[in-house]
Amino acid sequence: MYKQQDNIELESLQPQASEPHNTTSRDKRDNASLPVKMTVKKLDFYYGDSQALYGISLDVQRNRVTALIGPSGCGKSTFLRTLNRMNDTILGTRLEGTVKLDEVDIYRDVKDVSVIRRRVGMVFQKSNPFPKSIFENAAYGLKVNGVTDKRVITEAVENTLKRAFLWDEVKDKLQRSAYMLSGGQQQRLCIARALAVRPEVLLMDEPASSLDPLSTSKIEDLIGELKRSYTIVIVTHNMQQAARISDSTGFFYEGRLIEYGSTKQIFTNPTKKKTEDYITGRFG
Amino acid sequence: MNVAADKRPTVAIGSSATYQFKPKSSGLLPRGLTFLAVLIIIAILAVIMFNIIYGGIGVISWEFLTHPPEQGMEAGGIFPAIFGTVALVILMTIAVVPIGVLTAIYLQEYTRPGSRSTRLIHLAINNLAGVPSIVFGLFGLGFFIQWVGGGIDSLFFESSRPVWGQPALIWAALTLALLTLPVVIISTEEALKTIPSEIKDASYALGATKLQTIRRVILPQALPGIFTGGILAVSRGAGEVAPIMFTGAAYYLPYLPSKLNDQFMELGYHIYVMATQSPDVEATKPILYGTVLVLLALTFMLNLSAILIRSRIRSRRVNV
Repeated sequence: MYKQQDNIELESLQPQASEPHNTTSRDKRDNASLPVKMTVKKLDFYYGDSQALYGISLDVQRNRVTALIGPSGCGKSTFLRTLNRMNDTILGTRLEGTVKLDEVDIYRDVKDVSVIRRRVGMVFQKSNPFPKSIFENAAYGLKVNGVTDKRVITEAVENTLKRAFLWDEVKDKLQRSAYMLSGGQQQRLCIARALAVRPEVLLMDEPASSLDPLSTSKIEDLIGELKRSYTIVIVTHNMQQAARISDSTGFFYEGRLIEYGSTKQIFTNPTKKKTEDYITGRFG
Repeated sequence: MNVAADKRPTVAIGSSATYQFKPKSSGLLPRGLTFLAVLIIIAILAVIMFNIIYGGIGVISWEFLTHPPEQGMEAGGIFPAIFGTVALVILMTIAVVPIGVLTAIYLQEYTRPGSRSTRLIHLAINNLAGVPSIVFGLFGLGFFIQWVGGGIDSLFFESSRPVWGQPALIWAALTLALLTLPVVIISTEEALKTIPSEIKDASYALGATKLQTIRRVILPQALPGIFTGGILAVSRGAGEVAPIMFTGAAYYLPYLPSKLNDQFMELGYHIYVMATQSPDVEATKPILYGTVLVLLALTFMLNLSAILIRSRIRSRRVNV
């Protein structure tokens, strides 16, 4: 995409590597030794007869940001949606292989998908607040999961809006429609809504692709904050963004995971020709 | 025109062929024709409205609206018919909206769109919409009154006089509900189709079940569409005579219906009776005009109030 991007990425990666709160093991950026939150093994995925994913195996590290990159239609979003069983809502889809959250096989060991979706939250490409008030949006996840105590809900709404750095902007208009907010605020509301049910993993499907640069940088800052408490998997088209915010990066191409490693390695020293071609903007 | 035709340009294209471009017509003819069609419709509507209002406005009075007919319908009012019509339409709405909305939800949310079974159900609904209303009337007589009502009577009532197995408000309302069911289903379905899948996804992603998503996200969004369906059903139902003439409407009743199995008077049927069955058609003519005017006004008012409620729901949803 951009010819000069390699330099930018290198610079932006430097401070991340020496973040003060990182533990020694994290600083090594050695994938194998990091604690793993989700394990995907030999995942095949089909929409009806057409196969969308081929033998994906990938470990998602705890409290890290994992970026998935690749050209449109490469299967990265489909893959993301297998991590919280969102593809279950599409009729005629089929899946082989295993997806584990900690030690739980989310397809075989879990009867009630809502448990998985509560533990693995999701933020979508287009901000999609409900046509309800800001308060009701933030409270929705709690309400559908059986929280009825008004005091608990009010407190949780305030907390989650603070965590998404939205509280100061909306605290005086919680009863107003979420549609009154700007695009960037709506997307942060969607993040707050997802965080309200205290997920362990947060999936983000191009969360900033339709936002202006300022809103995008707010979302990126937020992601940097959130990884202290959550494991984040983010699909992005923007390679500088992947380089800026992620710890590990996976490159998808035509339904296959071509290369997966630390973001630093993928962007500075890719082992596969295809990866190099893509990140240097020769195609895609 | 003529000048332009004389100067028709001749353009050489390629090697040898020459083309002549024909000048476009001014478009006055199609414009005139379409406008004429509109004019005819407006004129007919104006004649009808003028005729009814001119003939009926003199009869309308507080007495006319609040008193029963007298002297073989040559005097008095039409209150029992107004009362019966309103009761009929309310009962019909109570019956048709839940069934129609549930059907639409099943079709849109629980079946794959375009699948064989969905298409079959849609075919059935469209056919239901095409059945002549008199057939609904006969069906109501055979199914509701003789089979359901008669069944209830033979199971629970000893007396030889029918209790439920006779024309009654409830059976007429249910027959009308059947007639208007397709309208409610189709407009609810249209409303459900417009709800973006992103919003449903957001709900599922937060751990909501399908039922919770329908109840908390989909139905509130579809409410204006459901109201539209209700409005259309009411305006269709309030004007129908054929389905109720066998199933519950009465020629004349000295009392108002107070129970579901009472018969009732109804405006549309009352108009039919006065126009065809009255002892002296000429003498009842002013009252006939008045009754038609009241029926039109009532339908208009029902529509208007439903539209107002719908727009209030819409605006509340946008600026909470």
